[in-house]
Amino acid sequence: MPVITIDNQEYSVKEGDNLLQACLGLGLDLPYFCWHPDMGSIGACRQCAVVQYQNTEDYRAGSRGRIVMGCMTQVTDGAIFSLNGDKASEFRKTIVESLMLNHPHDCPVCAEGGECHLQDMTVMTGHRDRHYRGKKNTHRNQYLGPLIHHEMNRCITCYRCTRYYNNYAGGKDLAAMAAHDHVYFGRHQEGVLESEFAGNLVEVCPTGVFTDKSLVNDYSRKWDLQSAPSVCTHCAVGCNTLPGERYGKLKRVHNRYNDEVNGYFLCDRGRFGAKFVNSDKRINNPGLRDEHGRYNIIDPHQALHQLVEACQGDNNIAAIGSPRASVEANFLLKTLAGEQHYSPGFNAQEQSLAQLALSLQQHSAATIPSIKDIECADAIFILGEDLTHSAPRIALALRQSVRNKAYALAAELKLQPWQDAAVRNLAQDQRSPLFVAAVTDTRLDDIAEQCHHLAPDDIARLGYAVAEQISGKANASDEPANTIAQALLSAQRPLIIAGSSCGNAAIMQAAAAIADALALRKNENAGNSMLCLTLPEANSLGQAMLSPNEAPSIEALAERAYKIDTLIVLENDLFRRAPAAVVDKLLQSVTTLIVLDSLETPTLATSQLALPAASVAESEGTIVSLEGRAQRYFPVSECQGERRASWAWLLACLKELGHPEAANIHRFDDITLACSAAQPMLKGITLAAPDHFYRNAGVKIPRQPQRYSGRTAMRANVSVHEPKQTEDDETALAYTMEGLNRHQPGSLLPFVWSPGWNSNQSLHKFQTETGGPLKGGTAGKRLLDNRQNNNNQQKNSQQAVATTAPAAFQASAGQWLLVPRQRIFGSDELSSYSDNLAELLSDASIEINSADASLLQVKNGDGLSLGENLACLRVVINNTIPQGCAAYSVGIAGTFNLTLGQRVSLQKASDWQRPKQADVIASDGGAHV
Amino acid sequence: MLKSLRSQLTTIWTILQHSFSRCETVQYPEQKPYLAPRYRGRIVLTTDPDGDERCVACNLCAVACPVDCIALQQGTREDGRWYPEFFRINFSRCIMCGMCEEACPTNAIQLTPDFEMCEYDRQNMVYEKEHLQIDGPGKYHDYNFYRVSGLAIKGKDKGEAQNEAQPIDVKSLLP
Ligand code: SF4
Ligand code: SF4
Ligand code: SF4
Ligand code: SF4
Ligand code: FES
Repeated sequence: MPVITIDNQEYSVKEGDNLLQACLGLGLDLPYFCWHPDMGSIGACRQCAVVQYQNTEDYRAGSRGRIVMGCMTQVTDGAIFSLNGDKASEFRKTIVESLMLNHPHDCPVCAEGGECHLQDMTVMTGHRDRHYRGKKNTHRNQYLGPLIHHEMNRCITCYRCTRYYNNYAGGKDLAAMAAHDHVYFGRHQEGVLESEFAGNLVEVCPTGVFTDKSLVNDYSRKWDLQSAPSVCTHCAVGCNTLPGERYGKLKRVHNRYNDEVNGYFLCDRGRFGAKFVNSDKRINNPGLRDEHGRYNIIDPHQALHQLVEACQGDNNIAAIGSPRASVEANFLLKTLAGEQHYSPGFNAQEQSLAQLALSLQQHSAATIPSIKDIECADAIFILGEDLTHSAPRIALALRQSVRNKAYALAAELKLQPWQDAAVRNLAQDQRSPLFVAAVTDTRLDDIAEQCHHLAPDDIARLGYAVAEQISGKANASDEPANTIAQALLSAQRPLIIAGSSCGNAAIMQAAAAIADALALRKNENAGNSMLCLTLPEANSLGQAMLSPNEAPSIEALAERAYKIDTLIVLENDLFRRAPAAVVDKLLQSVTTLIVLDSLETPTLATSQLALPAASVAESEGTIVSLEGRAQRYFPVSECQGERRASWAWLLACLKELGHPEAANIHRFDDITLACSAAQPMLKGITLAAPDHFYRNAGVKIPRQPQRYSGRTAMRANVSVHEPKQTEDDETALAYTMEGLNRHQPGSLLPFVWSPGWNSNQSLHKFQTETGGPLKGGTAGKRLLDNRQNNNNQQKNSQQAVATTAPAAFQASAGQWLLVPRQRIFGSDELSSYSDNLAELLSDASIEINSADASLLQVKNGDGLSLGENLACLRVVINNTIPQGCAAYSVGIAGTFNLTLGQRVSLQKASDWQRPKQADVIASDGGAHV
Repeated sequence: MLKSLRSQLTTIWTILQHSFSRCETVQYPEQKPYLAPRYRGRIVLTTDPDGDERCVACNLCAVACPVDCIALQQGTREDGRWYPEFFRINFSRCIMCGMCEEACPTNAIQLTPDFEMCEYDRQNMVYEKEHLQIDGPGKYHDYNFYRVSGLAIKGKDKGEAQNEAQPIDVKSLLP
């Protein structure tokens, strides 16, 4: 480790780091703007200047030394720097002053204020007065869509936004324009930002140019937000989030750093979709349907009484859990209904795929990668997934994986990976190989070496062909399998990704076959192959772990001949999962339908008893992500109205019933414990986060920052007599600002703030090193961790992997195979209730290629009716779709009668009304924002 | 002995002198004391010289308040201005320290020389925006935040604030 001297003090630092990283890692405050831990250095802002001296004599002699940029200077043994010397500080002060020349007088009306990196750096350098007397440059703002607000005057031209948006996230529609002091960061014309990861600009931009639009219109300062560690529930990746609440409303979601999962970035579904918790479709009170079919509000005691009554005696109970509810709530429901009468809440297809994903991952010889591992992959093969829409954060990670080629080239020249501009220049368009085999075009096609658009069975066949190439069983001239196989074989860390999107088991099995073949054939010094299988919902894998293979699916329950007296549905909208005919059949055999949900779903609207459940922002729970990581989310605020956590309703019911299993369960932690004892596969869930006994320096972790304001006035309109703060008996967090937010385990980090560092850049104070794990350890517990025991290859029984490829897809006349078109906004249930995203949701559509379209005599925008009145959808012609396949928008209203992999007839709809084109909204125009 | 006698006499003399000095007790409330304009009493929200609400709901007063007795919620008006949707001061907690006024970047919140705020019912000490807002600029007659700030609002476009140049034409190549 090199030893360097900073201001007469010796430090040993990490080989290869730059000085800025090293200083921040050592806890020294060195101002910066353009450097980003995940994007490296370009030396654009000149803010991180320090003075470097030639040698000790030079330093002692009081020489002037030379000014160097910390972020561009690699630490070398014996180097001597001055951070706080007059020259360096003076220089940095003038830099801030020049960056601020045109800065508007906006802080009070700027949504960045109070968490503004520019404010922090200005204070840190000590700049105060603007000496320049000239006029300030001004800019017009652009309309960038409903999610992001643009206020260009505040830009300090650090170039972080375009580097993130274009270089990191692969966006194409944001650019630096014009020259010299006219530089402008925006789109070539107004319009919605295209990237699905645009929301990260809010956190990446060190100033208030890009801010969260919904927050701007209902603003609270960071110091006023109560927040708690949470987990995104909008897909199975399990990104860690920090939702902020004020006055009972979720104000915004920020990224919560987890070095192995989401790192510094979220996708827009997670960031903006979480606002569903403010939806007016939320239910606040229990409702009981009377004989006239109307709901009447009842009080919670009555509701509990009704629930208990329905479960009592020899009533025939069945229950449907949910892959979007926590492990704990599902476990209690299963306990209540009994194993045979509990359905995990999947439809038959989802259930078999979730079980398959679980068993493939358990038995695979390949490593199950975390997102960070995915970023390390140097050859990737994606089978049947449009990841940007089905597991978005993974798509962003893959954009980094393909850069491993660039890093390898850089390493040959002894260039450090953080030399961003140099590494990019060196590699130009050279990327690590990424192969996509999917049913439609995908958002990753632009970085793929090859894209193959095939029917699902053909994707599986290609997969098997690649597996055979790898194990040397096949003829080497078989293209493209051979090219893909060779690329994977010559990689150090090959990665295979597949998932349940196509509703096709063969694809996942083919992926596992490739990963296993690679694991067995791997060359000596290479790492293991990786197998990543995506699933649709936040707790899909947890549900697969909780329930055995043979647990009844929704269809299976519907098929049961006997009458069900009471059906309890937990946080599940049955009408989204199975065709209406199936659900209706199920509900006809049910006497009392009880639905526990946070939103007024169509299923809840048909219930006899509706119980209001707390959302993810108001309750605690554990969910298991697609990599098998059990993660705990915590309530951000107390429950409003009569809402209660689902587990609390169910526990109260079990207690009332005197259920023996519930005898030792008194609180949330006991459920987690009981569940981990009952289900060996979920044994690790208790380790997802500390239990409610955890104390940091003797006190609980505060949810409110030290400067939380208005405590004695917030509720004063109701009563001037302030109530005691709500106690949180279930978790180690408290609804207060007293306590220590430091040194605790990573899973209990409720916000990041450090003296002098009000913005999210304060994160480095919580990391062991920049970009490294949190000081308190990485959040979450991997339940499927096979990263260590992979040397023991023999353990793999390849039982789950079917070794024969399915038959090739044959288009049949008059019948089309249904394949998926996922959408980041809309395909997920919860986020589609978010007001934020409403403008971006589009109607359901069906995509066919032009040959099929002319066969059916339809044009873009016409209507097609599917099967026997299954659906009627808008036509989109897309020539990437294989002939004989039709891609429909999964998860969007109007398509719930369709099943993936089903063959249906298509017919031009006669009475179809072309949906009106939404007007393109443009704003600014000068007058006001 | 002599020393203590002398002390006694001085004391009596001093007290006697007071019989001839002016009486400090005033006949409040008939007689009001003089309170300087900067006396720290009842808090008001003022308007800018154009007569529009000054407060921009920046929350700085709330965070400066040592007893946390100010709560407000920002909103954005049609014309682009930030404003407080509600603004509440719990005067039963306020210690009239004036920190809020110090913190306010728009001169909106001001303390006034009025201290007569007693109530029989504590609940009446909770003032909402309609109780706080006055129609006038208070102690500071000239300051208008939006004339200085870069935010465009109705009637003041980009480039029209103090010391601002006209918006840049991004397409121009001229220096
Ligand atoms: S970007 Fe920062 S410094 Fe600039 S106006 Fe906003 S809060 Fe103030
Ligand atoms: S918009 Fe923000 S991120 Fe982009 S250059 Fe300006 S200050 Fe930097
Ligand atoms: S005068 Fe002091 S105590 Fe009263 S509201 Fe202002 S800051 Fe708070
Ligand atoms: S500090 Fe001034 S402008 Fe800001 S919220 Fe308080 S009164 Fe309004
Ligand atoms: S951070 Fe080093 S020059 Fe910008």
